[in-house]
Amino acid sequence: MKRYSAFAIAREALRFHTGWERAWRSPEPRRRYDVVIVGAGGHGLATAYYLGKNFGITNVAVIEKGWLGGGNTGRNTTIIRSNYLQDPSAAIYEKARSLYETLSQDLNYNVMFSPRGVIMLAQTHHEVRGYQRTAHANALQGVTTEWISPERVKELVPIIRLDGPRYPVMGGLWQARGGTARHDAVAWGYARACSAMGMDIIQKCEVTGVRTEGGKVRGVDTTKGPIDCGKLGIVVAGHSSHLAEMGGFRLPIESVALQALVSEPIKPCMDVVVMANTVHGYMSQSDKGEMVIGGGTDGFNNYTQRGSFHHIEETVRALIETFPMISRLKMLRQWGGIVDMTGDRSPILSKTPVEGVFVNCGWGTGGFKAIPGSGWAMAELMAKGHSPLTADFGLDRFREGRFIDESVAAGVAH
Amino acid sequence: MSVRLSTGGRLIDRATEISFSFNGARLKGYAGDTLASALLGSDQMLVGRSFKYHRPRGIVASGAEEPNALVNMGEGARFEPNQRATTTELFAGLSATSQNHWPSLEFDVGALNAKLSRFLPAGFYYKMFIHPRSFWKHVYEPFIRQSAGLGRAPDSEDADSYEHFHLHTDVVVVGGGIAGLLAARAAAVTGAKVLLMEQTAHWGGRAPVDGGLVDGQPVGDYIDALVRELSEMPNVTLRLRCMASGVYDHGYLLGYERVRDHQPGAPGPRHRLWRVRAKQIVTATGAIERPLSFAGNDVPGVMLASAVRDYLVNYAVSAGKRVIVATNNDDGYRTAIALKQAGQEVLRILDARETGGGALMAEARRLGIRIDCGRAIGKVSGGKRVKKVQICAYAGAGGALEEVACDAVAMSGGWSPVVHLWSHCGGKLTWDAEQAYFRPDATRAPTGADGQPYVVPAGSANGVMMLDAICGDAVEAGRAAAKAAGYKLKKAAAIEAEPAPETPIEPVWMMPRDARVQLRMKAWLDYQNDVKVSDVQLAAREGYESVEHTKRYTTLGMATDQGKLSNINGLATLADALGAEIPAVGTTTFRPPYTPISMGAIGGEARGAVFQPLRRTAMHGWHEKNGADWEPVGHWRRPYAFARSGESVHDAVMREVKNTRENVGLLDASTLGKILVKGPDAGKFLDLLYTNMMSSLKPGKCRYGLMCNENGFLVDDGVVARIDDETFLCHTTTGGADRIHAHMEEWLQTEWWDMQVYAANLTEQYAQVAVVGPKARMLLEKLGGMDVSAETFPFMTWQDGTLGGFDVRAYRISFSGELSYEIAVPTAQGLAFWEALVAAGKEFGIMPYGTEALHIMRAEKGFIMIGDETDGTIIPQDLGLNWAISKKKEDFLGKRAQERAHMTDPNRWKLVGLETLDGAVLPDGAYAVAEGVNPNGQRNTQGRVTSTYYSPTLCKGIAMGLVLKGPERMGEVIEFPGTDGTVFKARIVDPVFYDKDGEKQNV
Repeated sequence: MKRYSAFAIAREALRFHTGWERAWRSPEPRRRYDVVIVGAGGHGLATAYYLGKNFGITNVAVIEKGWLGGGNTGRNTTIIRSNYLQDPSAAIYEKARSLYETLSQDLNYNVMFSPRGVIMLAQTHHEVRGYQRTAHANALQGVTTEWISPERVKELVPIIRLDGPRYPVMGGLWQARGGTARHDAVAWGYARACSAMGMDIIQKCEVTGVRTEGGKVRGVDTTKGPIDCGKLGIVVAGHSSHLAEMGGFRLPIESVALQALVSEPIKPCMDVVVMANTVHGYMSQSDKGEMVIGGGTDGFNNYTQRGSFHHIEETVRALIETFPMISRLKMLRQWGGIVDMTGDRSPILSKTPVEGVFVNCGWGTGGFKAIPGSGWAMAELMAKGHSPLTADFGLDRFREGRFIDESVAAGVAH
Repeated sequence: MSVRLSTGGRLIDRATEISFSFNGARLKGYAGDTLASALLGSDQMLVGRSFKYHRPRGIVASGAEEPNALVNMGEGARFEPNQRATTTELFAGLSATSQNHWPSLEFDVGALNAKLSRFLPAGFYYKMFIHPRSFWKHVYEPFIRQSAGLGRAPDSEDADSYEHFHLHTDVVVVGGGIAGLLAARAAAVTGAKVLLMEQTAHWGGRAPVDGGLVDGQPVGDYIDALVRELSEMPNVTLRLRCMASGVYDHGYLLGYERVRDHQPGAPGPRHRLWRVRAKQIVTATGAIERPLSFAGNDVPGVMLASAVRDYLVNYAVSAGKRVIVATNNDDGYRTAIALKQAGQEVLRILDARETGGGALMAEARRLGIRIDCGRAIGKVSGGKRVKKVQICAYAGAGGALEEVACDAVAMSGGWSPVVHLWSHCGGKLTWDAEQAYFRPDATRAPTGADGQPYVVPAGSANGVMMLDAICGDAVEAGRAAAKAAGYKLKKAAAIEAEPAPETPIEPVWMMPRDARVQLRMKAWLDYQNDVKVSDVQLAAREGYESVEHTKRYTTLGMATDQGKLSNINGLATLADALGAEIPAVGTTTFRPPYTPISMGAIGGEARGAVFQPLRRTAMHGWHEKNGADWEPVGHWRRPYAFARSGESVHDAVMREVKNTRENVGLLDASTLGKILVKGPDAGKFLDLLYTNMMSSLKPGKCRYGLMCNENGFLVDDGVVARIDDETFLCHTTTGGADRIHAHMEEWLQTEWWDMQVYAANLTEQYAQVAVVGPKARMLLEKLGGMDVSAETFPFMTWQDGTLGGFDVRAYRISFSGELSYEIAVPTAQGLAFWEALVAAGKEFGIMPYGTEALHIMRAEKGFIMIGDETDGTIIPQDLGLNWAISKKKEDFLGKRAQERAHMTDPNRWKLVGLETLDGAVLPDGAYAVAEGVNPNGQRNTQGRVTSTYYSPTLCKGIAMGLVLKGPERMGEVIEFPGTDGTVFKARIVDPVFYDKDGEKQNV
C-alpha cells in the first residue's frame, strides 16, 4: 500500500494523478478463507481489520451484496459520542470513540474525525435528572462528560433559542470529545487497510445460503459461488434476520427505516453537535456546510430505505423551534436507511446456536459511532471466543431478561 | 457580453421597469423577468464562485437545474441564502448578493484554490491533513469549513409564515407544459378530479419557445386556449409556482407552492406545502439539456443552448453578441437559428456529428450560419467571461485547428428526461441507447398498496421528445391515469401536431473524444462542486467503481442542483473509464425533494406557541393567575409550585409541603389518566393487565395497581376504582394516560380480541382535585353534601355524591400520607369547584401545591414514582412491591418475564431509603461505588439514587435509591461520589421516612 500524504499528492500531481493505485483490490473469491465476514459496511470491515491487526488473522474475505459502505455506514448523520448510561454501552462506545481519535493515522486515511463536542439538551425536569444521572455514571465509567448550564449551551451554540415557548433549554450534557467523522471515509479507510493486509473484499456478491454440518459452520453460498470458511461473521444491519434464517436461527430484531436530511450548504454557524431528545431531533453542520438533521424512526417495519415524509416533518418542526434560523434554509435531500432494532435498543455481538457463526447487529439508530469499537470487540470475540466488551451483548440476555436499556436516559438514541 | 434586445421577450412587460440590486449595484429589469434574465440583461455574466476552487461562475441554465447562479437574498428576518436566480421572479426592491467569496466577487482570495487545483483532485482531503493529529480539529477543519459552505447563515427568526394544505384527488399532473396540460385535460374530461401543478409562473413549458403547430395553431396560442378550457372545468385545480417535490409511498405527493416569494412581505403564507394523496400521478416533468464536457466549459458565458434560447425568446436577452454553438444533436440548431433571427451573430455551429443534422441544419445553413461538422470545442478561454474558443476535430485529442474570439458559447449535449418523481418511490429506468438517455421503464413503475402502478410518465419526461409524439403520449398518459383512478374513457379526437423529424443524436461524453489529460482536468461535470472529467476518471482508477462511490468520492451530483446537469455526463464518463456499459453503471438514487424546499414550509403552521398542542386543565387559568411556575408534562402544563411575589420557587415548595402537612393543600390532579374499562370481561382483562387481582375488587372500593410490560418491567401505576360489576375506572400517571390507553387497545385488538371489553380514555372529561391534609375533612364538611366521615367513607373507597352543590365522585386515596380526598367533577365545573374549595378553605389555611411538593411528600412517605424509581428496567420486586403481585393468578403481563434468571437474581438492586450522615441532599442520579473496577476498567457500583429531596417535614435531605441487596443492609453506610469530586456518605434506611404506620392517611 502506497502511503497517502501531502507529499504523495504533490508527486502524483506532477504526473496528472495517473500513478495512484487502487484503494482496495477487487478480487474474485477464493474457495476457502479462515474467516468470512458478510457485510462490507463499517462494522464488517472494522471487524476484518482488527482480526488482522490485533490477532494476525488475515486469510479473511469480506463479502458484500452491493457496494462497500453502502448501507447505514453511508446513510447516517455521522455523530460520534459515548455518553451512554449503562456500563456495557459506555464501554464499547467509549472504546469506539477513543479509536476514532487516532483512526486517520492508524489507517493512513483521513476519516476527518472532528471532536467538536456533542450537547444533549435537557428540556424537561425529567430530562435534567436523566442527564445528571448519566453524568454521574459517565464519571465512574471513564467517559468525560459534563452537565452544563443554559448559558454555556448558548455560548457553544449561538443559533439556539433557549427560551422556546414549549420546551425551554434547562441545560445539557456536554461531551467535549464527541463529534463527527466522514462516514464514507471510515468504510473506505478500513477497506483499503484490509485489502493491504491481503484480505479480499468482494462486492456485488450476495450470500444465498449458510452451509452447516453437525451444528458447525462450513461456509456460505453466494452469487459468486460457494465459499468455505472456518468462522463466519454476520454483520449486515437491516438484513440480519435474513442471514440468521439462512443459518437456521432467529434474532430478536425488527427492521425499520430511519431517516435523515441535509440542508443546502451555508457558511459555518454551528460548531458542535446538538441533540434535542424531548422534541426528537438532532443537528450538526458538516464540513461542506450542510446542516445534517436526523430524528426518529418510522412507526412501521419495512425494508425500503426510504421512509415517510411525516417523520421529516416532525423532526424539522422540532428543530425550527430549537434553531429558528433554519426556517429559512432549504432541505436539499432526504433519505432513509434500514436499522435493526432489538427489544432493549442495544446491539447484539454474540456467538450463535451455530458453532463458528457470530453476529454483530442490532445497533439500531446509533451504529456509526460504534464502528471501531464494534469491530475491535467483534474481532476479539471471533478470535478468542470471548471479549469483555461483548460479554453483556450476547443473545442470551433476551432469554435471561438482562436488558441493556438506554431508552432510560434518552427518548431517541443516536 | 450579454445584452437586452430592443424588441421581443414573450414574458416581459417593458412598460413596467423594475429596479433591483446586485452586490449593491442598482440594476434594472422588467416585470416578468427572472433574476437571472435581469442579470444577464444587465450584462452581469459573473454571478458567483464555485464551491471548491472558487472559480468564477456565470448563469448556465434557465430553470431549476441551475447550479451556479445562487445568491443571498433579502435582509434580516427575510434573508435567505442559496436562492437560485433562474427560478427567482424579479420584484421591485429585490436585493441580492453573490456568495462564497472574499473579499469580493470580482477578486476572491479563495481563487488561489483554482491555481492549486492540480494539487487538489477529487478526494485529496482523504489523503492529506492526516498529521499532526490535533491539526485536523484546530487548523485544517476550520479552514476547510470556512472556505466551503455557500450562502451566509440567516441570523434572525423567520418573519414569514407557512402553511400546509391537505388534498385527496384522483389525478395529480405534475408539469404545466404542453404534455401536462394535455394529460390534465384528457384525465379531466372523464370526470376525474385533477390537480395540475407547474413549478414556474407560466404555463406552457418549453413548447412556446421552440414553436410548432398543434391542431393547425401556433403552439403558444393552443396552450393559451387549453389553459382557459382547463380553468373553466370545475373538477380541475390549476396551480402555478407549485413544484412537486416528492413522491412517497401509496400515491402520496408533496407540492411546494411558492406563494409569496415574488411578493415578499405581502399578506399570506410565504410557502404552502400541498400534501396530496392521489390515486394516480402523471409526471409531465419535461427534460433537461445536458452540457458538453470540454475544457473551459465552466467559464461564464458558456451556457446550455436551451437556456440561451429561453433567455432570448422569453426575455429578449441575448447571452452574447458573437456566439458559438456546439452540439451533438439537431436541437442545438434551434438556438443558433433563434439567435440569428434575433439579429445576433452566430459565428459557428460545431456539430460533433460527421454528417451533421437534418432539416434544422438545412435551415441554419439557409440563414447563412457557418456549420462545421465533426468539429468540437477544444477549449474555451477567458477568466470571468468567455473570450475565445479553440476549435478542434471531435475525433481527436484536442489539437487546435482554429481559434475564434467570441463572447458566448451555447452547448447542447442532448436531453435527459426528468425522471426524479418517477424514481422517488421505486420506479425503474431503462437506458435508451439510440436517444442516449435514461427514461422510465413502464414495466417497472412505482406500485401502490394494491400492487398496481400509480405513476404515469408523459411527454418528454417519458422520453418522447418530438412535439407531435409528445401530444399523443400526453393524452394517453392522462387517459391511463383517469382509467386507473376508476373513470370511464370516451373516445378522444387525436391531436394533430406538425412533425419535425430530426437526425439522431451522437452521444458525446467528452469533447474532443480523446481529450488529453490537460483538457480533461479543465472539463467540468459538476460546476458547483468543481468535479471534472479527470476526477471521475481518478475515482474509477482508484477503485471507487460503484457510481455511489464515485459520487461520494468526487462529490459529483451532491451540489444544490443534485446533479441535474452533471449526473448523466458523470456516469457516462465513469462507464467509459471502467469500460462498462452505461446501464450497467446505473444512476445514483433519486431522492426528494426535486429541488430544495424551505424548512419553514416543512414545519408549516406549527411553530412557536402552537408548535405542539398544549393541554390545559379546567383550572389552568387560575394557576396562571396565582403564580404557577409551569412544568411541561407531556403536552400538559402542570404547576411545579405556586410562588408568591418575592418568594423563590424553592421556598414556595417548602411552604406548600409544610402547609399541606399541617393544614390543607389543593392539588390539581386533572392530568392523571382516567381510563374507563367496561364490559363483561373487564375484570378478566384487568387481571391480565395488572400484576394484582382486580376482578376481586368490590364495587365502591379502590385498589392500587401495577402494570408491567411483557418484559416484566414496571410501566405504570395508579388506583383502580370498581364502579360496578362490569365497570372499572383505571387511574394512570399523567404521562402514561395515552400510552396506557394505547397499550390496552393493542392487547384488546391484537391478542385478546375475543374479550368483551372496551376502554375509553376519560382523562379530559373530569377535573380532579386532591384535597389533602389534616383539615381536609373539615373543609369538605364545611362545603356540605355527602358524608365524608371516616366511618361512612373509609380509606380506599369511593363514593358519588355532592359537595357544595357540585356533583362529585370522590375517592379516599392518598399519595402524600395525609388524610386525602381526590374529587372529580365534570371538567366544565372544575374551575368553579376549585374556587369554591379555595374560598371555603380560607379559614383552614388552604393553599394550592404543585408537582414538586407532591413529589417531596410522596418521597417522605416512601411511595415510588413511575419515571423516578422506575426507568424501564425495574420490576416491581425491585421496589419491594411484591405485595402487589398476585400469586394466585395464572397469568398477567410480565409474569413469565419476571421468572427469568436475571429477574430472580438475588443480586438485583432493591429499593431503600438513604440518609446522608450530615443531612445534606444527595445529588440526583448519583451512583454508590463499590470496590475495584470491572473487566472494562469501569468503576464498580452497588446502587444509585432514584429520588432525592430536601424534606421540610424532617428538615434534612432524604432520598430513595436502589442498592445491591439493599433491604438486607439496613444501617450500612455507602459512598456516592458527586461529579465535582465531593463524596457523599449515606446510610441505608427504611424508605418510609414519615408516618410509618399510616396513622395520618387512615383517619
